Amino acid sequence: MEKNINVTLKIWRQVGPKEKGKFETYKLDNVSTDSSFLEMMDVLNERLISERKVPIAFDHDCREGICGMCSLYINGHPHGPDGEITTCQLHMRNFKDGQTIVIEPWRSAAFPIIRDLMVDRGAFDKIIQAGGYVSINTGGVPDANSIPISKVDADEAMDAASCIGCGACAAACKNSSAMLFVAAKVSQLALLPQGKVEAAHRAKAMVAKMDELGFGNCTNTGACEAECPKNVSISHIARLNREFLSAKFKD
Amino acid sequence: MAKKKETTEVEETKIDARIPEGPLAEKWSNYKDHQKLVNPSNKRRLDIIVVGTGLAGASAAASMAEMGFNVLNFCIQDSPRRAHSIAAQGGINAAKNYPNDGDSVYRLFYDTIKGGDYRAREANVYRLAEVSNGIIDQCVAQGVPFAREYGGLLDNRSFGGAQVSRTFYAKGQTGQQLLLGAYSALSRQIGKGAVKLYSRYEMLDVVIIEGRARGIIARNLVTGKVERFFAHAVVVGSGGYGNTFFLSTNAMASNGSAAIQMYKKGAYFANPAYAQIHPTCIPVHGEFQSKLTLMSESLRNDGRIWVPKKKEDAEAIRAGKKKATDLSEDERDYYLERRYPAFGNLVPRDVASRAAKERCDAGFGVGNTGLAVYLDFSEAINRLGESVIRARYGNLFQMYEKIVDDNPYRTPMMIYPAIHYCMGGIWVDYELQTSVKGLFCIGEANFSDHGANRLGASALMQGLADGYFILPYTIQNYLADQIQVPRLSTDLPEFDEAEKAVNDKIKKLMSIQGKKSVDSIHRELGLIMWDFVGMGRNKAGLEHALEKIKEVRKEFWSNVYIPGKEVDLNNELEKALRLADFIEIGELMARDALMREESCGGHFREEYQTPEGEALRNDEDFSFASCWKFKGEGEEPELLKEALEYEFIHRQQRNYKS
Repeated sequence: MEKNINVTLKIWRQVGPKEKGKFETYKLDNVSTDSSFLEMMDVLNERLISERKVPIAFDHDCREGICGMCSLYINGHPHGPDGEITTCQLHMRNFKDGQTIVIEPWRSAAFPIIRDLMVDRGAFDKIIQAGGYVSINTGGVPDANSIPISKVDADEAMDAASCIGCGACAAACKNSSAMLFVAAKVSQLALLPQGKVEAAHRAKAMVAKMDELGFGNCTNTGACEAECPKNVSISHIARLNREFLSAKFKD
Repeated sequence: MAKKKETTEVEETKIDARIPEGPLAEKWSNYKDHQKLVNPSNKRRLDIIVVGTGLAGASAAASMAEMGFNVLNFCIQDSPRRAHSIAAQGGINAAKNYPNDGDSVYRLFYDTIKGGDYRAREANVYRLAEVSNGIIDQCVAQGVPFAREYGGLLDNRSFGGAQVSRTFYAKGQTGQQLLLGAYSALSRQIGKGAVKLYSRYEMLDVVIIEGRARGIIARNLVTGKVERFFAHAVVVGSGGYGNTFFLSTNAMASNGSAAIQMYKKGAYFANPAYAQIHPTCIPVHGEFQSKLTLMSESLRNDGRIWVPKKKEDAEAIRAGKKKATDLSEDERDYYLERRYPAFGNLVPRDVASRAAKERCDAGFGVGNTGLAVYLDFSEAINRLGESVIRARYGNLFQMYEKIVDDNPYRTPMMIYPAIHYCMGGIWVDYELQTSVKGLFCIGEANFSDHGANRLGASALMQGLADGYFILPYTIQNYLADQIQVPRLSTDLPEFDEAEKAVNDKIKKLMSIQGKKSVDSIHRELGLIMWDFVGMGRNKAGLEHALEKIKEVRKEFWSNVYIPGKEVDLNNELEKALRLADFIEIGELMARDALMREESCGGHFREEYQTPEGEALRNDEDFSFASCWKFKGEGEEPELLKEALEYEFIHRQQRNYKS
């Protein structure tokens, strides 16, 4: 049932990538437990605006858990304490009256802070640009049913393809590794006959780009999987490693 | 097939859609056979700006870059993958007829025209149906993991307004998978340097030089700097303007500003009143609410929609004294199955939305506000088992549970209609060119193919059809004459003037320093739109809305407060610029709805309905696309009409009953 709670927010504020940031504390009363976390942030921003202060910058767009735009490290968890969801789907009923909530941006050298809670995740785009595709042009492709694909493989490819590119995996990782993100794409395409043709090249190119952009190495702690809002499994990392090693052996 | 041309006499028809000659099924082939092309060495010398990276924008940018054009692609988010096409859930239509249930290009064409309540252009819709199959082939080749049968072939499901299963899907995330397919193609071209990507940029004006679109003014959303970009042609795929209503299923940054900029530079705004209210959204729950969440139409494959038969039961439920599960079968009114036996729960969206409003207005609504109906899966769970339902809709059920804190496997979901999609948009001809030369408009942003109502799973089809298979052809017919035009300098006076106008507008907004936040004024606009320009419209209400919108405009331009600096990252300034344009769109919508004295598709005028409460069209007087032409700030726009001629289809009262 709906009720109202009072919370204390400790929010990271930082004007620019090179400026020094710090936590600021805000008290917010009468927050409906039916409101989403970002709606709570909206309420706070409306208050700051009414006090002629500069509102807190944070990324968000679809607010239904699919665009991957929202981020936020909430009480030590990317996308907050609830499982299998993004911050925009997190609701205030997960918090207690009187609780202090600490809100930080993604912390990763490869995701520089733009302002407050906004970070630059352009590195993920660059990794995809390095090989996260099937090299075909528009038109001139075979009929969609000309190559049967087993349902098991198609479903597993779909699970990998569920990745929303939010960056929670890299933010959760103590090494700031992007292995789960890279693995999801490599695995999706390696499972499908259309992507198989370039699988070896793709694995090498995407891993090389990931290393170049400053992401750390994978030490199999599994934090990425635990925090992934879409439940992408680390078994895809195993497949990435297999694809990568077999590609290297062929060299 | 009726051969006699059915046309409405439209006085002074000034609008020419440039539809190719010949029989319907041959028009597109004829066009492609005879259009002008640009040779490979010239393509490299031609620049194309594409605004937007949704299904239409990303597929167009990728396809044109593959062909050899030099493309500049702009997106408002931090990455092209975040465009709101990503949120489309249910599926994409195509006339493959894989299930062998009688589908064909003609049938998809017919269903789309009928679904649009005979307010779309025959030639465009036929072309859309024709290229639909190629889209599925293209996406599979990209590695889009569509749902498959155990035999390894593609699976289909059914959607509203069709009696065949022609919808391809990838769980409840079809839009995501299709967009990621287009994004991967786009990324490949970015990696090759054929597309230059500008993310976190927002278009603020289109630059016209000697009557042709030659570039845009865009604001870098990180630095706040206003910048200039030249191109030989400009393509806008900026999505719909549903956020005029404040609460909608659109993303927070979705807006109609690019459309308004084009309109003010001479592009006609067509059928602004045609907005789709989607029947299955999670009901509004509080004042702090920032957006509405859609529950996919695919749920209507297995979910049954009902309200209590007796008012006492509805009242008891609203008061929290009874629960949905307390009511026996014969105490429930499955009103869609009752009213529309042939299509049942799978009637088109406009019909389902109005039926829900009718029941709630009559006092049978549930939820604590009375503005909700049930979507019940208990019968399907009993028939198929919970695991089957979980496999089909698991992610949607999870999303519902996270938002509402209620388990839809145990108790029925509660849903209510919400604004979702805009059929109206910038007018384009058969080539997807607006009334401004060199300015093209694709995807939801244009008005083209859905008439007065869009069928489910057709938005993805249209966006990708425009971007992969139509625009890359038709734009060449224009560019073939532009090969002599050099890359123009952005120091030309036209660029100066456009940039100055943008900067002046920003300065003016920043200088108001009033008392109200942007969102608070936007909420006011949204309430007016929902109450008077929403599901049920009438003359008095629309006139009232026009007055109220004037007041909102005045309030906005005299009392808005925008904190922060002008040349800096400033989210409130971004929102204010968008709201200024939403106010214009709201007025256009109300004006168009007032002008159209008939009911058709998503546009329902209460004065014009059949005795059974269905939409009553007036083909005599209103079989046209209304094209609004900007006449200057503060002036009334001029109404131009594109007559809709039905040469191949016989128009009827839509019937989903038998």
